[in-house]
Amino acid sequence: MTESAATVPAASSPDDAGIEGRSTGDRVYRVLTLACAISIPALLGFIAIEILIGAWPALSKFGFGFLTNSTWDVGAGQFGAAPMIYGTIVSSVLALLLATPFALGVAIFLSEFAPPWLRQPVAFLVDLLAAIPSVVYGLWGIFVLLPILRDTVMPFLASLPVLGSSPLFSGPAYGNSLLAAAIILAIMVLPYISAVSREVLMAVPRSQREAALALGATRWEMIRDAVVPYARSGIIGGIILGLGRALGETMAVTMLIGNRAEVSASLFAPGYTLASVIANEFAEASTEFHTAALMACGAVLLGVTLLVNMLARWLVGRVGRGGA
Amino acid sequence: MNAPRTTGSQRAAIERTGRTLGRRRLTNSIMLGVMYVAAGLATLPLVFILVHLVREGASALDANFFTKMPRPVGEAGGGMANAIAGTLVLVGTAAAIGLPLGIGAGLYLAEQGSRRLASTVRFLSDILNGLPSIVMGIFAWQVLVRPVGHFSALAGGIALGVMMIPLVTRTTEEMIRLVPASLREAALALGYARWRTSLSIVLRTAMPGIVTGALVAVARIAGETAPLIFTAFGNQFWSLSLDQPMSALPLQIYAYATSPFEEWHRLAWAGALVLLALVLIISLVARFVTRSRFGGGHD
Repeated sequence: MTESAATVPAASSPDDAGIEGRSTGDRVYRVLTLACAISIPALLGFIAIEILIGAWPALSKFGFGFLTNSTWDVGAGQFGAAPMIYGTIVSSVLALLLATPFALGVAIFLSEFAPPWLRQPVAFLVDLLAAIPSVVYGLWGIFVLLPILRDTVMPFLASLPVLGSSPLFSGPAYGNSLLAAAIILAIMVLPYISAVSREVLMAVPRSQREAALALGATRWEMIRDAVVPYARSGIIGGIILGLGRALGETMAVTMLIGNRAEVSASLFAPGYTLASVIANEFAEASTEFHTAALMACGAVLLGVTLLVNMLARWLVGRVGRGGA
Repeated sequence: MNAPRTTGSQRAAIERTGRTLGRRRLTNSIMLGVMYVAAGLATLPLVFILVHLVREGASALDANFFTKMPRPVGEAGGGMANAIAGTLVLVGTAAAIGLPLGIGAGLYLAEQGSRRLASTVRFLSDILNGLPSIVMGIFAWQVLVRPVGHFSALAGGIALGVMMIPLVTRTTEEMIRLVPASLREAALALGYARWRTSLSIVLRTAMPGIVTGALVAVARIAGETAPLIFTAFGNQFWSLSLDQPMSALPLQIYAYATSPFEEWHRLAWAGALVLLALVLIISLVARFVTRSRFGGGHD
């Protein structure tokens, strides 16, 4: 991310002790900072182990069926996470579909052709979107977004010629729904996707643009044929980073998705996500087993976000290395 | 890496010759227009949210909000004094954990890490940063609430503190790398021990940047709700004890927003306005710190 940092070499390597060798102070300092650095991998491991331990009773009883069973019945002690996994995936993917065009639009606008006087304010406003706490999005969603969806957007979607009669937009429009969660998630991940994309686009060498323009390309052709392809893997990385955020986003989704453990084809139907079932039920979990099942949801979420984030970092890093 | 791209542009160039210039220019203006509209639309939700928040929040905000305790259902008035204090205590606890560990790790990565270890830690730090905050919550519950048998502010503070570590580590490392090597060499040449060079010369030079990073990290965790739901839990009464459940602004907003009572909704808006103002003020101070010391930096 910081190309400038790479030009300043780390001042000292660990092996070149001074003429007089290391003093006690140096040794203490080194051990202390090393301990701080090691605390990061240690914490990550500790988190994973503790959550697996907490989830173990549920995982060992249900095994792989925990992921595929769609019954989540607290009273009967039946716990299957399929509805949550379904809700998590549908709301996140839909959010990305909604957010990506706008995020890329902003990123390209800011890096390629925004007039200087517009660049700063727009970048600031988009950054500000990332600073708003999740619970504030949820509050706004409950009192502003849900009524709009219920009274305007949902009836409109249901009245569309062909799509309207599809199962996608069927059922009563209460407001609380997968659709509402996806829209709020789209607004929330937009700044992340656009920030990463913008950084990657700005890392595209000038020569790439100049060459395209010199060949007679219009500005749009330059963007489409010379700039975006060069930055492609980084942009995809940014989108996947957004996916990681969306998968784990908790509060706003919990407040808007309706919190019902069902798998429904309709986007108007209430749903549940892995994160929101934990937020909603954990504090009131009455049985040992309920807690363990919620922990297991956390373990699934942890595993998925780990994979998604690793993939994203790898993709973004690729442009950084090949680019500047 | 370069070969396919060139072919792509060449192919595009050949395609282009087949079309008239006028059509290409039209496509150009249309697409640039689309980008303008996309950028405009992307900032719209923010404007909507801010306008609504200020309108609803300001009408419910008064001195009572800051000085009074929450009232039971049905009684008008009341405030969030305990939640505001709770947020400050929780953020303070988090900073007490996140700052030293983060700065220490950043120092190690920037100046003495072996390349392998440093890049591994850097990578894992990014991964830790990407973990969902709710996962941090159940982790803190499992380690600090379950064994004790009751909710505590300490568990919430620690959950938030762990979230701060990767943020602080990253900015500290970046800022320390920006310190010129000549400065460090000069100190070493004067006979300073390495640790004193690092702490009193390098760290001090990088301090404004690190302070900015720390403030940005604080701004991010101050609005977190998910890690607190089953750690700090919330509290209707005044409590500053780390051993007891504690209220916090985000928790109170969540509880009030999802309640069926009109009066509580009003307070939730006021709370949201105060929380957002707190976060924005911290962010602005962070920008100001960097600017004033570095003499009008970038961004």
